[in-house]
Amino acid sequence: MGDVEAGGVVGTLTKKDFTSDQEVRWCPGCGDYAILSAVQGFMPEVGVEPHKTVFVSGIGCSGRFSYYMDTYGMHGIHGRAPALATGIATANPDLSVWVVTGDGDGLSIGGNHLIHALRRNVNIKILLFNNQIYGLTKGQYSPTSEEGKITKSSPFGSVDHPFNPIAVALGAEATFVARTLDNDRKHLTDILRQAVAHQGTAFIEIYQNCNVFNDGAFDVLREKPQGTHNQIRLVHGEPIVFDEGARCVAVGENGRLVIANTADTPEDALVVHDVRGRPSLAFALAHLSHGPTEPTAIGVFREFERPVYGQAMNDQLARATERLGKGDLGSLLRSGDTWTVG
Amino acid sequence: MSKTVEEKERVVIRFAGDSGDGMQLTGDRFTSATAVLGNDLATLPDFPAEIRAPAGTVHGVSAFQIQFGSSDITTPGDHADVLVAMNPAALKADLSKVIKGGTVIINEDAFTPRNIEKAGFASDPTGDGTLDGYRIFKVPMTSITVRATEDIGIGKKESERAKNMFALGLLSWMYGRPAETTLNWLDRKFGGKQEIFDANVAAFKAGYNFGETTELFAHSYLVKAAPSEAGTYRNIAGATALSWGLVAASVRSGLPLFYASYPITPASELLHELSRHKNFGVMTLQAEDEIAAANMALGAAFAGHLAVTGTSGPGIDLKAETLGLAVIMELPLVVVDVQRGGPSTGLPTKTEQSDLLLAMFGRHGESPMPVVAAASPSDCFDTAIEAARIAVTYRTPVMLLSDTFLSNSSEPWMVPDPDSLPTIEPRFATAPSNGDGFMPYDRDDKLARPWATPGTPGLVHRIGGLEREDRSGNISYDPVNHERMTNLRAAKVAGIANDIPPLAVDDPDGDADLLVLAWGSSLGTVRAAARRVRADGRKVATAHLRHLNPFPSNTGDVVRSYRKVLIPEMNSGQLSMLIRARFLVDAVSFTKVQGIPIFADDLEQEILRVLDHG
Repeated sequence: MGDVEAGGVVGTLTKKDFTSDQEVRWCPGCGDYAILSAVQGFMPEVGVEPHKTVFVSGIGCSGRFSYYMDTYGMHGIHGRAPALATGIATANPDLSVWVVTGDGDGLSIGGNHLIHALRRNVNIKILLFNNQIYGLTKGQYSPTSEEGKITKSSPFGSVDHPFNPIAVALGAEATFVARTLDNDRKHLTDILRQAVAHQGTAFIEIYQNCNVFNDGAFDVLREKPQGTHNQIRLVHGEPIVFDEGARCVAVGENGRLVIANTADTPEDALVVHDVRGRPSLAFALAHLSHGPTEPTAIGVFREFERPVYGQAMNDQLARATERLGKGDLGSLLRSGDTWTVG
Repeated sequence: MSKTVEEKERVVIRFAGDSGDGMQLTGDRFTSATAVLGNDLATLPDFPAEIRAPAGTVHGVSAFQIQFGSSDITTPGDHADVLVAMNPAALKADLSKVIKGGTVIINEDAFTPRNIEKAGFASDPTGDGTLDGYRIFKVPMTSITVRATEDIGIGKKESERAKNMFALGLLSWMYGRPAETTLNWLDRKFGGKQEIFDANVAAFKAGYNFGETTELFAHSYLVKAAPSEAGTYRNIAGATALSWGLVAASVRSGLPLFYASYPITPASELLHELSRHKNFGVMTLQAEDEIAAANMALGAAFAGHLAVTGTSGPGIDLKAETLGLAVIMELPLVVVDVQRGGPSTGLPTKTEQSDLLLAMFGRHGESPMPVVAAASPSDCFDTAIEAARIAVTYRTPVMLLSDTFLSNSSEPWMVPDPDSLPTIEPRFATAPSNGDGFMPYDRDDKLARPWATPGTPGLVHRIGGLEREDRSGNISYDPVNHERMTNLRAAKVAGIANDIPPLAVDDPDGDADLLVLAWGSSLGTVRAAARRVRADGRKVATAHLRHLNPFPSNTGDVVRSYRKVLIPEMNSGQLSMLIRARFLVDAVSFTKVQGIPIFADDLEQEILRVLDHG
């Protein structure tokens, strides 16, 4: 992997080829640094040259991401990155198009574009940095903040019920839905790898720490000591066990998924993960926890195939041209009733 | 029985009926037959906002007006010479649109007590003096149609539905329209459905023969062909012309067309028309909302397409932030605003020119955008090409203003030779312009920046909504740089004035005191009013602005060279405000905000008033 032909010269792409000369200006300690480094480090593996790659972002701390990638980039207005990316990917299906967004950008002001990009299955990879807070505007509650959250705009606690981003994506019938963590480079990279292999929209929620306005929001899931106990790692075809095998996801009463002790669970009640299975399984897994404060599933929730939007659009043009012949302007202007003078 | 033939120079006919009566179709077919005869013409469909308002009510009346003649026709006519009223509601809604002494042809069968009451008449208008002063013809259209089609073997309901063809047949006889055009069309339309075809033909012929044979109509009318330049002609509505203009711009630039839009009256026609032309490589995308449509188009512009988004006023409000993004990104984008009556949802199916200042200034910050406006249905074709030319040449979003009237209205058009149309050069960047790497905000002699599309090696760069550093395009918060970029963006748009034709003035003797200056769809009204004023031996000059931002470079000289400037608009004086502010000229504003075009008659009176008293 990584060998590409650029300008007739076969070369090997490195992380450096995807790193722009712009000074990175997130707060020291921000989770975005780890994600940026992981993505830059992974891009050579995709095997697509920087000039055939486009990063599109919106507004918020995540919005700066596109400036730090040495690829083509578009930093749009608040919430509209999926729509910009839809235009790019549909107009030119040969490009590798990425969207970087956040919980406010993608799920609040831009929620409509996100769900419609997912239902269309545009060939774009969406990285949603979820830090459960508005960082760039200095600390208001976001659409993923927990109820009761005390922030500058909710001094008595937020009364908003939060979105579950995975459930939103599944509800929009996204063809690839996954969750990972900013500082787990290995897991993050593995999810990116699977997303790139997927044809169509990939939706990746990345739990991302905002150390200034919402520090420690995901500590319960982090490595050592709690992470081991609380990360429910989803692996296709494998029984869903976690906490070093001590606990598992099982089918409980009325078919609900429950967390159980593996030792007490009969083998036929143990849930085996199936990314191509019923959507209800992925949906139930998304609702195992009420937030990253208890055992929470990470990994690929669902993946299946559906026609890819840009491809379908281009196929339609090709079929129309085959059926009607290549458009001729003179014939078009003279179509229908005409008459001649002189 | 022989009947006399009376010659007419111009005639205005209005077909009015219930939404389900097929009046638009009737008008459309009458128009085609009229066009084929070589008359000059202009049409105006006038339909309700409701898709199917309760049958028989005034709210459900749908009408189609056509003016045709043997000389220059520039408007669909202020008032109708002939009204065809298919039911009492149509008579109620449209009698005021008929000239005094005009002809009213009613479908007698529809004037039942119940229908008369539904239309809101207190008593039968055909017998209570309501129609005094008009020439009334009561024709039992429904029952004759049913009798004419009774042997065909279709149901009574289907048979009654053909009564619009009876009306078309009758008017075709009265005005000597060729039957073949309609019969050929019926064959194309219903050729596969024999009974429906037979019924429509029978109804059409019944109407034609009714005029020919009954005592009711003493004579028919002759309207001679209008003299016109040699060439191939067609009738064209503004929405079609605008769509085809965009296709032509795509062909002439070699850029594939990308049209993203959200359904909205009256701009949906563009989406419908363009989505039929996929074999031209036209991509049409029905977006989830107006904002998405604008962003999809902007993304496609970055990717190297001829990107267009179309909407009406409410959609422009929503797209405003994205247009600002296009301004700072300096990417080519055509934004079509088919104006309708506002504010808010306003009058969705009625016409207005009230988005001019929105187009000029409706974005936060200093966000200059070129603005062009189409002047007539067929001019939508040329103006669309011009909008695309400016967008691509100057790497800028361009606002293309049309309106409901232009969109729905139609006129004859001499079909152009595609090779005679302007060419548009995309001039994509292919390599860095200098040794120190690619400068995405470098500028050419027109101040346009390079258009480097993703996929081009060596030109990788990032653009965005944050202020750009001059030349490098990197983010910059430097105060002096911001002012320089603000000035550069303004100078680029202002410089387009050097690249467009000067404002042409029609002043036959060159010594008029009064200039009538207009823009957009007022062109027809201005020409008609000026012709009448000049026919009375008075002098008036006219000029029409296609480019509203920037104005042609001689605009100031032109408006300052007349003692009086009169500006008619379908708004409360928006161009007038711009002209006064820009050129310090004491322009007189003449406005109408009723959702319908200014009448030539009213403008004529205003011109005379200003000449005599102004």
